[in-house]
Amino acid sequence: MSANQLALWYLLASILFIFALKGLSSPLTARRGNLFGMIGMAIAVLVTLSVTKSVGLIIVAAVIGGMTGAFVARRVQMTQMPELVAAMHSMVGMAAVLIAVAVVNNPASFGVHDPMPVGNRLELFIGTFVGAVTFSGSVIAFGKLAGLGKKFRLFSSAPVAFRGQHMVNLVLALLMIGFGAAFFLSGDKGWTPFIIMAAIAFALGVLIIIPIGGADMPVVISMLNSYSGWAAAGIGFSLNNTMLIIAGSLVGSSGAILSYIMCKAMNRSFISVIMGGFGAAEGQVAAGAEQKPVKSGSAEDAAFLMANAESVVIVPGYGLAVARAQHSVKELAHKLTAKGVSVRYAIHPVAGRMPGHMNVLLAEAEVPYDQVFEMEDINGEFGTTDVVLVLGANDVVNPLAEQAGSPIFGMPILQAHKARTVLVNKRSMAAGYAGLDNPLFYMDKTMMVFGDAKKVIDDMVKALD
Amino acid sequence: MTGIVDPTIINLVVFVLAIFVGYHVIWNVTPALHTPLMSVTNAISSVIIVGAILAAGPADVDFGSILGAVAVGLAAVNVFGGFLVTQRMLEMFRKKTPKAAKE
Repeated sequence: MSANQLALWYLLASILFIFALKGLSSPLTARRGNLFGMIGMAIAVLVTLSVTKSVGLIIVAAVIGGMTGAFVARRVQMTQMPELVAAMHSMVGMAAVLIAVAVVNNPASFGVHDPMPVGNRLELFIGTFVGAVTFSGSVIAFGKLAGLGKKFRLFSSAPVAFRGQHMVNLVLALLMIGFGAAFFLSGDKGWTPFIIMAAIAFALGVLIIIPIGGADMPVVISMLNSYSGWAAAGIGFSLNNTMLIIAGSLVGSSGAILSYIMCKAMNRSFISVIMGGFGAAEGQVAAGAEQKPVKSGSAEDAAFLMANAESVVIVPGYGLAVARAQHSVKELAHKLTAKGVSVRYAIHPVAGRMPGHMNVLLAEAEVPYDQVFEMEDINGEFGTTDVVLVLGANDVVNPLAEQAGSPIFGMPILQAHKARTVLVNKRSMAAGYAGLDNPLFYMDKTMMVFGDAKKVIDDMVKALD
Repeated sequence: MTGIVDPTIINLVVFVLAIFVGYHVIWNVTPALHTPLMSVTNAISSVIIVGAILAAGPADVDFGSILGAVAVGLAAVNVFGGFLVTQRMLEMFRKKTPKAAKE
């Protein structure tokens, strides 16, 4: 196959990737889109194999990797999706670095002139450092998400900060660029500056992610998603492969847009997330505040209120998933619907631990997706809603966000406080991620139902029989 | 203004246009499917396996081809893992036949 034919096949694969993403605009077309993506990938791999001299080693590696991936994809729990995605980002990052090393080792086998021209070295430098940062950053993100912080402090979900952190990062980044420049200018392969440059990039990945707190993980994971795309695009430049450039750019822009959406949903600037340190000490301040009276009731009282309402909106938070109560919620909604109550779900963009996480958790519990509404679509309707049931959510329904001067002022919230009656299930009065008290809990129309989400909801279901 | 355009410039053109395509396609993705979007972009970015295959492909096994094979393995985890887990999630978003009728 000539290089031109190869490029045309790659074009076809790229178009299929675009269709794969386009399919995700609706749940109705998404599965077909995913199929397009698989076909695109199959084409890309097969035409590349057809021009490869020895395929033995490749098949062995692909079978081992492929079986691992398929096994994990079948076994992973939906609550663990953030960890899985972080792990997969690290794979792309590491693959990019390994390919870059192979290019430095033998440029000729990739059709690159030996010794490499400066232009190729620059592209390789970018692909390598982005790949290395993606790899080590994703490993840290994985550890934080998987809760390995108890064993290794590096993986602590609380921000790991030290004095002069930003200075250290800046100096390392400059050093990395310096060694990169030495790599461009060296006449031979330039192993020494290349290796030092890559090592600094790995260290930077760790240092960039450790100061970021658990609450900001949705941003981090989107950001690393973006980096993994740019790493692939960088390698595409070095290898003169347009498909890698196209696929990498698609993924890069996808991650960037998701980061933007997540930052906006938390009312945080991207820079302040990167600078880290959010949600560390503030929690203790609020805990010392005086105890205000709250109205609390039993699950049976709550069930009675809901059964007599015309419309109920359920606001699920990650606490719901922690209590594994999604199926119970669906059962509750089912019972209420049977009694003629209109039941809808309201999802805040940061309700889960990654973009769209809560939607997947509800879909897993077989909640029909046409009952699930995004924040913008349902916020106007809380005013005419009889009962809002808040389950394991806190900051995303905190009316303080609408009060100038509060630390979370400007953060978009679900306006649960506008409903006629508000039911809130929490285990205790503890503050949320932002460490703030929530005036919603003290309103006259609010009834707190304390207890484990699953048990409380199961009791509500029983009360409805 | 004569001569052939440098391949790097062509790559840059492709790169910039692809970002525009990505920008418009991604904003159309429904927020409910952002998690599947992430897993499928994971699978798509593992098209880097093409570079890994090139690295692992030379007739003689050497340092570079072994690194390439390792990269093939890592990328293959994503190719299969990414697409399959996306499919698994999307199956959950299938339109349910109205079960409410049974009660």
